[in-house]
Amino acid sequence: MSATGIGAAVRRKEDQRFITGTGNYTSDISRPGELRAYFVRSPHAHATIKKVDTKAAEKMPGVAAVLTGADLANDKIGGLICGWAITSKDGTPMKMGAHPAIAADKVRCVGDAVAVVLAETLRQARDAAEAVEVDYGVLPSVVDPAKAAAKGAPQIHDVAPNNMIYDWHLGDKAATDAAFASAKHVTKLDIINNRLVPNAMEPRAAIAEYDQGNDALTLWNTSQNPHVARLVISAFVGMAPEHKLRVIAPDVGGGFGSKIFIYPEEVVALWAARRVKRPVKWVSDRSEAFLTDAHGRDHVTHAELAIDANNKITGLRVHTIANIGAYMSTFSSSVPTYLYATLLSGQYAIPAIYAEVDAVYTNTAPVDAYRGAGRPEATFVVERLVEVAARELGLDPAEFRRKNFVKSFPHQTPVIMTYDAGDYDASLTKAMDLIDYKNFGKRKAESEKHGKLRGIGFSTYIEACGIAPSQAVGSLGAGVGLWESAEVRVNPTGSIEILTGSHSHGQGHETTFAQLVSDRLGVPIETVSVVHGDTDKVQFGMGTYGSRSGAVGMSAIVKALDKIEAKAKKVAGYMMEASGDDIEFKDGKFTVKGTDKSVGWGDVTLNAYIAHKFTGGQLEPGLKEGAFYDPTNFTFPAGCHIAEVEIDPETGKTTIAKWVAVDDFGNIINPMIVEGQVHGGIAQGVGQAMLEGASYNSDGQLVTGSFMDYAMPRAADLPSFKVDTTVTPCPSNPLGIKGCGEAGAIASPAALINAITNAVGHENVPMPATPSTVWKAAQGGMKKAAE
Amino acid sequence: MALEMSGEYDLPQKREIVWKALNDPAMLEKCIPGCETLEKLSDTEFQATVKLSIGPVSARFKGKVKLEDIDAPNGYKIVGEGEGGVAGFAKGQASVALADEGEGCKLTYKAEAATGGKIAQLGQRLISGSAKKTADRFFENFVEALKEYR
Repeated sequence: MSATGIGAAVRRKEDQRFITGTGNYTSDISRPGELRAYFVRSPHAHATIKKVDTKAAEKMPGVAAVLTGADLANDKIGGLICGWAITSKDGTPMKMGAHPAIAADKVRCVGDAVAVVLAETLRQARDAAEAVEVDYGVLPSVVDPAKAAAKGAPQIHDVAPNNMIYDWHLGDKAATDAAFASAKHVTKLDIINNRLVPNAMEPRAAIAEYDQGNDALTLWNTSQNPHVARLVISAFVGMAPEHKLRVIAPDVGGGFGSKIFIYPEEVVALWAARRVKRPVKWVSDRSEAFLTDAHGRDHVTHAELAIDANNKITGLRVHTIANIGAYMSTFSSSVPTYLYATLLSGQYAIPAIYAEVDAVYTNTAPVDAYRGAGRPEATFVVERLVEVAARELGLDPAEFRRKNFVKSFPHQTPVIMTYDAGDYDASLTKAMDLIDYKNFGKRKAESEKHGKLRGIGFSTYIEACGIAPSQAVGSLGAGVGLWESAEVRVNPTGSIEILTGSHSHGQGHETTFAQLVSDRLGVPIETVSVVHGDTDKVQFGMGTYGSRSGAVGMSAIVKALDKIEAKAKKVAGYMMEASGDDIEFKDGKFTVKGTDKSVGWGDVTLNAYIAHKFTGGQLEPGLKEGAFYDPTNFTFPAGCHIAEVEIDPETGKTTIAKWVAVDDFGNIINPMIVEGQVHGGIAQGVGQAMLEGASYNSDGQLVTGSFMDYAMPRAADLPSFKVDTTVTPCPSNPLGIKGCGEAGAIASPAALINAITNAVGHENVPMPATPSTVWKAAQGGMKKAAE
Repeated sequence: MALEMSGEYDLPQKREIVWKALNDPAMLEKCIPGCETLEKLSDTEFQATVKLSIGPVSARFKGKVKLEDIDAPNGYKIVGEGEGGVAGFAKGQASVALADEGEGCKLTYKAEAATGGKIAQLGQRLISGSAKKTADRFFENFVEALKEYR
C-alpha cells in the first residue's frame, strides 16, 4: 500500500479550502445585476387562496417584480414531480397531486410559497414581502399520519381520496399468516419513527441567470445531483431543453438526502430570471429551511415477530403508515417502500415476511429521503423486535440474534434482496469483545451502587446501498437508471482530471477518488483532480445518495481507467517498438515484458498527445476515456453497534457510557474518511433517538421550527466511539467496496433505544428519548409497548 | 386553539361603569398593549392595528375585533384576528364576565389564543408567557384607567 493509495488514511484534500474559508458555495456566488428573491409563504397549514394583492409591494423601493402562482401558470411552467411510481395492492397507480412551484389556488402546508418578490437587495425584497396581501380561506388541517386517512379528515389533494397516495404491500401474506398461526411466541411492538428536520450546515440556495443571446439558462444550486435536477427541470417542469440549461452545484455544505430533491425555489429562480432578464439569487434562511426542506422518517408502525419452539424466527409482519407531507417530493414514494420493506429481513434468515405500507398526505412539509432513507426505519423495526423478543423469551439478545443470522451466501430474502456476502457472526463477536460484554453485569452492579440504571443494547443492522442496478429499480417503478459515469482526462504532462457524475457535499470524493487513481496509475495524488457538479463539464451522472459514490461512482472510474491503461500501453508500445500486448504497467512505469526497457507515465502521456511515434492510421492521438458503470446488485454493508447507557432514574438523564461500532463495508479506500462517516452517522442516529423530533401542532404550525425548539446533537451528547471493521469484500463491484455513508445513522437509533429500554426495564420508550420520557419510563409511568 | 388563559381582577368601579368602559373604543385603545389605532366600525365591530413582539419576532397586526354574546352589563365575548404579514397571524377570543363585589366589581376572563407562521415557528416557547403578559398588561392598564373613568 502506498502512502496515498487505496487503504491509506490520506488527509482530505478539500479540507484545506473548507477550513480556511476559501470554499465556493452557492451563496458565495454573485452575478452582475442580480436581484434577490424573497418568498411570501403561507402562515396557514391548509387554506384556499382567495386573492393575492401585489400592487402595494410592486411600488416599494427597489422592487423589480412580484410574481404569483397565477403568473407561473400563465407562463405554462410545469409542477414538480415524484419520480418513482408505486402501485397499490389493487394495481392502481399512486395518486400524485399537483405541486406547482408557487401555489395558485390552495396552500397545503405552512411555508407553501404564494408569491415571490424580486428586488435590488434582500432587505428591500423582505420589506416588500410585508406589503403583499394574501386573502386566505382557512380550511381544517391534518398533520398526524395516523389520522390522515380517517373518515372526515380534511382532503388535501382532490386526486387522492382520504389522503391515501397508495396502499402497497410486499411479501407473502398467506405464508406469513401461517407462520404466525403456528408460532410458539409472538412479539408485538407499536413504533413511531420520529420525524426529523435535516439541518444541513449550508441552507439551500439557488442563483439563476438567463443568457438572452443564446436563450440559455444557468442555475447554481445546492444539489446532490445536478444532472437529475436538470433532467427534471427540463423534461417535467418544461423550463428549457437540457442543452439550454446548465446546472452547477459547486461546494455544497452537507445534504443528508435533503438536497437530492428538486425544489420549488430553484424552479422559480430560473423562471423569474428569464422573465425579468436579470440574474435572480435566493438563499434560504434557517427558518425557511425548517419549513421547506424535505423532512425525514415519520412512520407509524405496528410490527410482529413469530418465533418457533426452537427460538427460530419464522415470520415478520409489519403495517406502516408513512407520512409523505403536503406534496410528493422527488423520491418520496420509494423511501417507505422499496428502500424500507426490502430490508425487513435484517441479518436474519426469516422464511416469511409481509409488509403493508399506507402512504398519506398531511398538511406538513414534504417528507423524503434522509440519511439512510427507509433503512433506518426498517432496522429500527427489526432490531427492536428481535431485542424485545429475546428479552421476552429470557434469551441473551446476542445469542438469539446469532441463532437466527443468515450464515450462507448468496441469501435470497422473501423481500426481493439477494445478500451477496457477509459475516454477521464476525462483526457481532468483535463488537462484543470491544465493549467487554462479558463484564457488563459488573458494570451494571457498579452503577446500581450509585443509584444509577445501566443498560446495553444491540443493533445488528444490514442496509442495501450502492444504489442501484438500473434494470432492477426500473422494474420496481424508478423513473431513472441508477448507474454512474466517469471520464478520465489525462493531460500531456501527465496530470489527470477525473470527471464524475457523483457529487461530493462533504464525503471527501476529491481525496478518495484521487487515491484510487494514484493507486492504479502510480502517480502522485497531487497530480489528480476531481471534477464534479457541473452539467457542462460532466456529461451525465446520477449524483450522490444511498452510499453509492464508492461502489458505483468509483467503479465507473475503474472502468475508465482500464481503458486508459489499455491505450497508454499501446502508446508505450510504439515508443519502445514493441507490441502493446507485451507491455506491463506497474507503479507508473511501462515495461516491455522480460526486458529492462521501460518508459514512465509522463513520457507516455506526452507521446499520446504529440503523436510522433505512431501514425493516425495506427492509433488515435490523445488520452481520454469515459465509462458508464451499472451495478449488477445492491451492496450490503452490515455490522453490529452496541450502546451502553447509564441513566439517572431521578432525572431521566441518559449518559452514553460506551459505544462500539463494528462495520463490514467491504474493502476500504480511506479508513480515516470511513471512520468520520461512521462518527457522523452515529451522531445523527443519536440525535434521532434522544434529541430530535419535528413537531406540528394540531393547527399545522411547526412548533419545532428553530434551534430553540429543535435539539441537534452536540459533542457533549456523545461518547468517544470505538469504531472497527470486519471485511468481506463485495463480490459485485471491481473494488469490493460496499459504502459507508449511511450505516451509522441506520444502526444507531435501535442500539440506543435497546440500551435505554434495557436500563429502565420497560419497552415503551418512544424517540426522542428525552429526559422526561426516560424519567417517566424509569418511574414505570409508560403504557405497554404494543396492544 | 393552542393556548388557554384565565384570570380575575377586582375593579374599583361599579359594574355599570366597568361595562361602559369595556365598550368604549377610546378606553380599549388606551388599554390594549401595543394598540396603535382602534376604529369603531359598528357597535360591535372594531378595526385595530396592534404592534406585538414575541421573542425575536416583532410585527404590526392588522385585524378586526368583534364583540359577541353581549349580555349587558354582565359580560361579552371579544373575538379578534389579525394578520401580521410575513410574521404570520394571531387570533384569539376572551369571554369576560362582571359580577358585583362590595363597592366595586369582579372581572373574570377566560381566553384562548393561537398563532401561525413565523410567530408560531420561532416564538412557540415564548407565546404562552407573552400572551399571559399581554393579558395582564391589558387589565393593569384597565384598572388604572378606570380610576379616572366616569
